[in-house]
Amino acid sequence: MTTETTSKKFNIDTVEHAEQTPEQPLPWAELGLKENEYLRVVEILGRRPTAAELAMYSVMWSEHCSYKSSKVHLRQFGDKVTEAMKEHLLVGIGENAGVVDIGDGWAVTFKVESHNHPSFVEPYQGAATGVGGIVRDIISMGARPVAVMDPLRFGAIDHPDTPRLVHGIVSGIGGYGNSLGLPNIGGEVVFDSVYQGNPLVNALAVGVLRHEDIRLANASGVGNRVVLFGARTGGDGIGGASVLASESFDSSKPSKRPAVQVGDPFAEKVLIECCLELFKASVVEGIQDLGAAGISCATSELASNGDGGMHVELTSVLLRDPSLTPGEILMSESQERMMAVVTPENTAAFEAIMDKWNVEYSWLGEVTDTGRLIIEWDGEKIVDVDPRTVAHDGPVYERPYSRPEWLDGVQADSFAGDRPSDLKTAVLELMASPNMCSKDWITNQYDRYVQGNTALAMPDDAGVVRVDEETGLGIALSTDANGRYSYLNPYDGARLALAEAYRNVATSGAKPMAVTDCLNFGSPEDPEVMWQFAESVRGLADACQELGVPVTGGNVSLYNQTGGVAIHPTPVVGVLGVFDDVARRTPSGWREDGQAIYLLGTTRDELDGSEWANLHGHLGGQPPALDLGAEKTLAAILINSSRDGMIDAAHDLSEGGLAAALSEAALRFGVGARIAIDELCERDGIDAFTALFSESQARAVVSVPRSEEVRFNDMCAARNFPRTRIGVVDVESDALDVQGHFTLPLTELKEAHEATLPKHFA
Amino acid sequence: MPRIVVDVMPKPEILDPQGKAIAGALPRLGFTGFAEVRQGKRFELSVEGDVTEEVLEAARDAAATLLSNPVIEDVTRVEVIEDAQ
Repeated sequence: MTTETTSKKFNIDTVEHAEQTPEQPLPWAELGLKENEYLRVVEILGRRPTAAELAMYSVMWSEHCSYKSSKVHLRQFGDKVTEAMKEHLLVGIGENAGVVDIGDGWAVTFKVESHNHPSFVEPYQGAATGVGGIVRDIISMGARPVAVMDPLRFGAIDHPDTPRLVHGIVSGIGGYGNSLGLPNIGGEVVFDSVYQGNPLVNALAVGVLRHEDIRLANASGVGNRVVLFGARTGGDGIGGASVLASESFDSSKPSKRPAVQVGDPFAEKVLIECCLELFKASVVEGIQDLGAAGISCATSELASNGDGGMHVELTSVLLRDPSLTPGEILMSESQERMMAVVTPENTAAFEAIMDKWNVEYSWLGEVTDTGRLIIEWDGEKIVDVDPRTVAHDGPVYERPYSRPEWLDGVQADSFAGDRPSDLKTAVLELMASPNMCSKDWITNQYDRYVQGNTALAMPDDAGVVRVDEETGLGIALSTDANGRYSYLNPYDGARLALAEAYRNVATSGAKPMAVTDCLNFGSPEDPEVMWQFAESVRGLADACQELGVPVTGGNVSLYNQTGGVAIHPTPVVGVLGVFDDVARRTPSGWREDGQAIYLLGTTRDELDGSEWANLHGHLGGQPPALDLGAEKTLAAILINSSRDGMIDAAHDLSEGGLAAALSEAALRFGVGARIAIDELCERDGIDAFTALFSESQARAVVSVPRSEEVRFNDMCAARNFPRTRIGVVDVESDALDVQGHFTLPLTELKEAHEATLPKHFA
Repeated sequence: MPRIVVDVMPKPEILDPQGKAIAGALPRLGFTGFAEVRQGKRFELSVEGDVTEEVLEAARDAAATLLSNPVIEDVTRVEVIEDAQ
C-alpha cells in the first residue's frame, strides 16, 4: 500500500494536457484572480494555463506581489529623484532592497516591510516570520544584517483581543530577532481602535556590506545552474501571498485560511553565515530570497532579470510534505529558503560550503536564453511561460480615486476641547497615556545591545549602530508615521512622517541620507482609500525631493480593513542617516548639572490631531503646518552642534509636544530641570498649555554646556533659526520644575509613565 | 486522584523546528533509523472527585482554546487515566 501511494503519480496537468482540454474549468476565482486577469493569462499563453501556471500567475499577480493598484503612483518615487539625490545611491528601487554608499568603501542596505495580515491570524509566527523575511532581503543583497526595528500598531489598549496580539507579536519579534543575534534598535508602538482588526506589524532590517559585495537577483550565464537551498518546502502559507494579503478578512470563509508559516530562527542564522561565505568565496552569480510566492517569484524574477530563460525540474525540490502538488510547491511560502545561480565550475565549491554549514540544497535546473521559464515535473512540461509576463507584466490598475466628502467636515472641526489649568495633572495624564507611556515593557523583551555595536536604541530618538570599529563610522535609523495626521490630511501626513523621521535622525547627530517606506492602507477598491493612498505617495515623493533624500525601496500593504472600515492611512517612513563617528552621537536625556536648555523652533497653537486631542476623543482639523525648509535648517543645526560638541543632549518634539520632550529628556537618565516658559509664551503669543501640548513641527530641545552657549547662539543666529533659553538642568531637584506652573517630582512622573503597559499586559 | 491527559501536536503540515533539531541530533548520538521527529506536548489535569462527562467536556474545551493554539496545533488526545496506586 505504501509503495502504491508513493509511486502513484499526481494527475499532472501538463502543458500538452492544457492544450488538449481548453474547456476544463480552473479555480482562478478561488485563487484570487479577477475574470479579466484570468482572460489576460489565457491571452498571453494562447491557451488555458495549466494548474501550475495558474498558481504562479495568481500569486505573482496578487496585489501583494504585483503592486497592481499602487504601481502607477509609486513611479513618483523614481520620477522625483534628482541626480544629486542619486549621488550616494548604489542600488535603487526594484531590487530586494536599496543600497546606500556611506563612505570608506562601506555601504548599507535597508528596507521596511509589512507582515500585517499573518500577524493577526497567528501573532507569534506572523511577527517572527516578518523579521525573518526582511532579514533575508538584506542577506540577498550581499550584506550582513546588523539590526532590526519594528513599528507596531495595535487596537485599543483595553480591548479584550489586544493582549493576544501584543503578547504574540512582541514575543514573536523578540523570539526570532534575539535568536538571530540581531539588536532591535527602535520602532514605534501605537494603540488606536482603528487597528483593532488590522494590527500593523512592520519590520525593518539593515545590513552592512563593502561596495564590491553587492549581489543582485538575476540569473545570467547560459548553462549556469539553479539551486534551492535552506529549509525544505512544506505547505506553509500556501495561498498566503495571493489570498491572505489581497482580501479583507471575512469570517464567513474560514476555508481560505492557509497553513501558517512557522519560522526557525536558528536555521536562518545558519543561512546568514552560509550566504556570507558563499559571497566571500564568489561562488554565486545571482541570488534571491524566497518570500511571498516562493519558488514562483524566485524563478520568474531571476529569469526575467537575467538572460531571460530558465529550465527547472520541480521534482528535485526537497519537500517536508511529500503530498504537495506541483502548484502548491510553486506557491509555498516556507521560510528560510534561498535560490542561487552558480556556474558549473563553482558547483563543487558551492556544495562544499553547503556541507560545511549542514544546509540542504538541491539543483533544480539551469539558466537558458530561450526567453521561456520551463518547469517540468518528472520530465513532463507543466509550465512554459515568458517569465516577464509572470514577474513584471502583471495587471496595472488606474483605480478610480476621489476625495472623501466627509473630509471637509472633519477638517473644519478644530479641537475646542478642554485646556486645563492644572498642567501637572495634564502632563501626568499625557505621559501615562497608551501612546506616550514608556515602551520599556516591550523593548526590554528585545536584545538592544547584542553584537556590541549599538550606540543608541529606544527610547532615544533614533537607533544608532557602529559600522566600522576602527573609525567609528556608523548609521542612525528612525521610523515614524502618524495615522491621525494622515487621516486629517494624507498629503501632509506623509510629509510629516518623513519630516519626523528625518528630524529624529538629525537629532541623534546623523546626516539623513535615504528613505524606505511601508505604506499601510485600506482597500484600493474603495475610491476614498485610493485617494488617501495617492495623496500620501505624492506627499512623500514631494517631501523626499525637497529634503534631498531618495526612497530606496519599501513595501505596500493594502486591504488593511475589516468590513467596510479601513485603518487610518499609515505611511511608515524610515530614514537612514550617517555618522562619521558614532562617538559623536547625541543622546536624548540630560546628564550634566547646570547646562542650559534651549527650545529650537516656533510654537503655534496646533492641537488638531495631537495626542492631547486624541486622549480627549477628538480627531479633526488640520495636522500641524510643515515647513521643510525649517526642518532642513534645524537638522543642520543639530548635526553641526553634535559634530562640534556644542550640545550634550537633544530630543525632537513630536507627539505630545514640549511636555513629552521635557518629560522624556528628564526620565532618560533621571535628571531634572528648572524650566521657564513665560518668555516662550510671550514671543510666540501662546498660553502655557499650548506651549506644552501643541505639536508644532521643526522643533527640538537641546542642552548646551555653559562654555558653548555663545557659539551655539551664534550658529542659530547665523541661520536665523528661532531659539529660546527655556531652562537649566538641575541634578539636585529630582523634578521637572516648570516655574510658575508646577513642580513634578521625577519619581511621580516615572511611576505614571512606566505603569501603563505592565498594568495592561504583564 | 484521576487525571485527564491532553496531548497536543503541531499540525502535520506545520513546520516543527524543535522536532527538526531533535531529528538532526539523533544520528549524531548514534540513534539511526528514525526518519522524522515531531515534538508535541502533554498536559495532565488532575481532577478532584469523579471525572464526569461535564468535567471531560470542560477539559476538551480547555484543550481546544487554552492548551493548544488551534491555528498551528491539533489536540490529539483527551483521555482519563486512573492512577495505578
